[in-house]
Amino acid sequence: MKLNFPNIEKNQFLNEIGDISRFTARFFREVSKPKQEYREFINQCYWIGYKTLTLVGITAFIMGLVLTIQSRPTLVEFGAESYLPSMVSVSLIREIAPVITALICAGKIGSGMGAELGSMRVTEQIDAMEVSGTNPFKYLVVTRVMAATLMVPVLSSLANAISLYGGYLGVNIRGQVSWHLYWFQVFGVLDFSDMLPSLVKTFFFGFAIGIIGTYKGYNSTKGTEGVGRSATTAVIVASLLVFIIDLIAVQITDILGLT
Amino acid sequence: MEKDLKPVIQVKNVNKSFGENHVLRDFSMEVLPGENLVILGKSGSGKSVLIKCIINLIQPDSGQIIVLDHDINELDQDELDRLRAKVGFLFQSNALYDSMTVRENLEFPLRIHWTKEERAKNAENAVKEALEDVGLAHTVNMMPSELSGGMRKRIALARALILNPSVILYDEPTTGLDPITAREISELMMEVQKKYNATSVIISHDLNCIRITSNRVIMLIDGRCYADDTFENLRLSKDPKIREFFD
Ligand SMILES: Nc1ncnc2c1ncn2[C@@H]1O[C@H](COP(=O)(O)OP(=O)(O)O)[C@@H](O)[C@H]1O
Ligand SMILES: [Mg+2]
Repeated sequence: MKLNFPNIEKNQFLNEIGDISRFTARFFREVSKPKQEYREFINQCYWIGYKTLTLVGITAFIMGLVLTIQSRPTLVEFGAESYLPSMVSVSLIREIAPVITALICAGKIGSGMGAELGSMRVTEQIDAMEVSGTNPFKYLVVTRVMAATLMVPVLSSLANAISLYGGYLGVNIRGQVSWHLYWFQVFGVLDFSDMLPSLVKTFFFGFAIGIIGTYKGYNSTKGTEGVGRSATTAVIVASLLVFIIDLIAVQITDILGLT
Repeated sequence: MEKDLKPVIQVKNVNKSFGENHVLRDFSMEVLPGENLVILGKSGSGKSVLIKCIINLIQPDSGQIIVLDHDINELDQDELDRLRAKVGFLFQSNALYDSMTVRENLEFPLRIHWTKEERAKNAENAVKEALEDVGLAHTVNMMPSELSGGMRKRIALARALILNPSVILYDEPTTGLDPITAREISELMMEVQKKYNATSVIISHDLNCIRITSNRVIMLIDGRCYADDTFENLRLSKDPKIREFFD
């Protein structure tokens, strides 16, 4: 696989992986020490929800609707139109809703963290925190990573529900399936083995987005253009990681026989 | 200035490099109690690196730094935090927290160094007093982005003063300000210095600021202490390297 990063050569790429690993290790060290910044954590959870909820909701609804409308002709061809709710709901819950949510979060939260911490770095706010006795890694990084790890699964679960609602509408644009029958079919086909892996992987999505966003910002290089670069590379790397984690997750569920 | 006073800050043979860039080479200096020491040097000569070494934001490669009788290399995190509470730092870019109001900015240093009860009882007054010192009591509920450059500098100074430090480090306090505001800030620094009876280390290349504030000037050239004298003596010097700064 050839990774086409802008301005990053192979050697730098490996260095970057080393740096991110050390950053992640530091995260686990700081998280295990006592005294956490709970208030800032709650603030961050609120902000993540506030910034992404509308976008996630609208996108999930449209994805549910569109996927249903587009799947219908194929199923009709095989005379399997009645399977439409079951088929659509499996795709939505297993793959589409979690991944779309994670990508939106990578875009909004990842870039937000990259830009915010980046500008705090270049204007010496992080140094100022350190001087005034507050551990900036704990205050800024740990809280944001934890908030992303918690909120992406919450948002993704919401996206699941909203996309299924979009699916209901999609089914009823041309066909006629009652509200009860739709949900009966959806929950008939969805079981624990669909829900659980899909939920578990969203925690990893959130963690990856948080780590990349804060890493890019926290290590932003001097100068204001560094802040912009932190924000954009945070989005690129976080989105790529979402797909890589998704790929790994599907392999693991496969091996565990949860399919 | 009495010669037998114990120095507040001692920097001994400090070296610091970033890769091939040797910023400080065997640099030494002492700051005596009550003194206003100015460090003068070209942009990029390592003045900020030096002042950040003093509060351990940057760790020197070798050498010793003693602040208020503590070797800062040998302190654990708690001891270092306690020592830093006695040292106010005014950052070149002010470093006000953008996402917080002026009040929250000023209260931030208190959250670690004061207990919850102390904060409930005294924080309000401490914020008020620090803001009155810098003449900006009315800005308490404003955001940093609503303030002008000179006001931000004052708020940053108020935040550096809130824990009543005995040493204040100023990193280019007047750079980027118009001459009138720069003069006001210099005068404010003198008032503050008198009120808190603090020792100051001031990085500057603003001659007006240096004239107003300094008792003594150290010139940092090529990572070394090139000259150490009063402002007047340096101004009259014939040495071309020193003249550069005054012409
Ligand atoms: N964190 C750092 N990493 C690498 N180089 C640095 C760092 N901080 C400062 N430098 C370098 O050290 C030199 C002195 O910087 P500085 O102390 O900021 O200069 P100034 O005297 O203008 O304050 C500059 O060449 C700068 O590039
Ligand atoms: Mg500087």
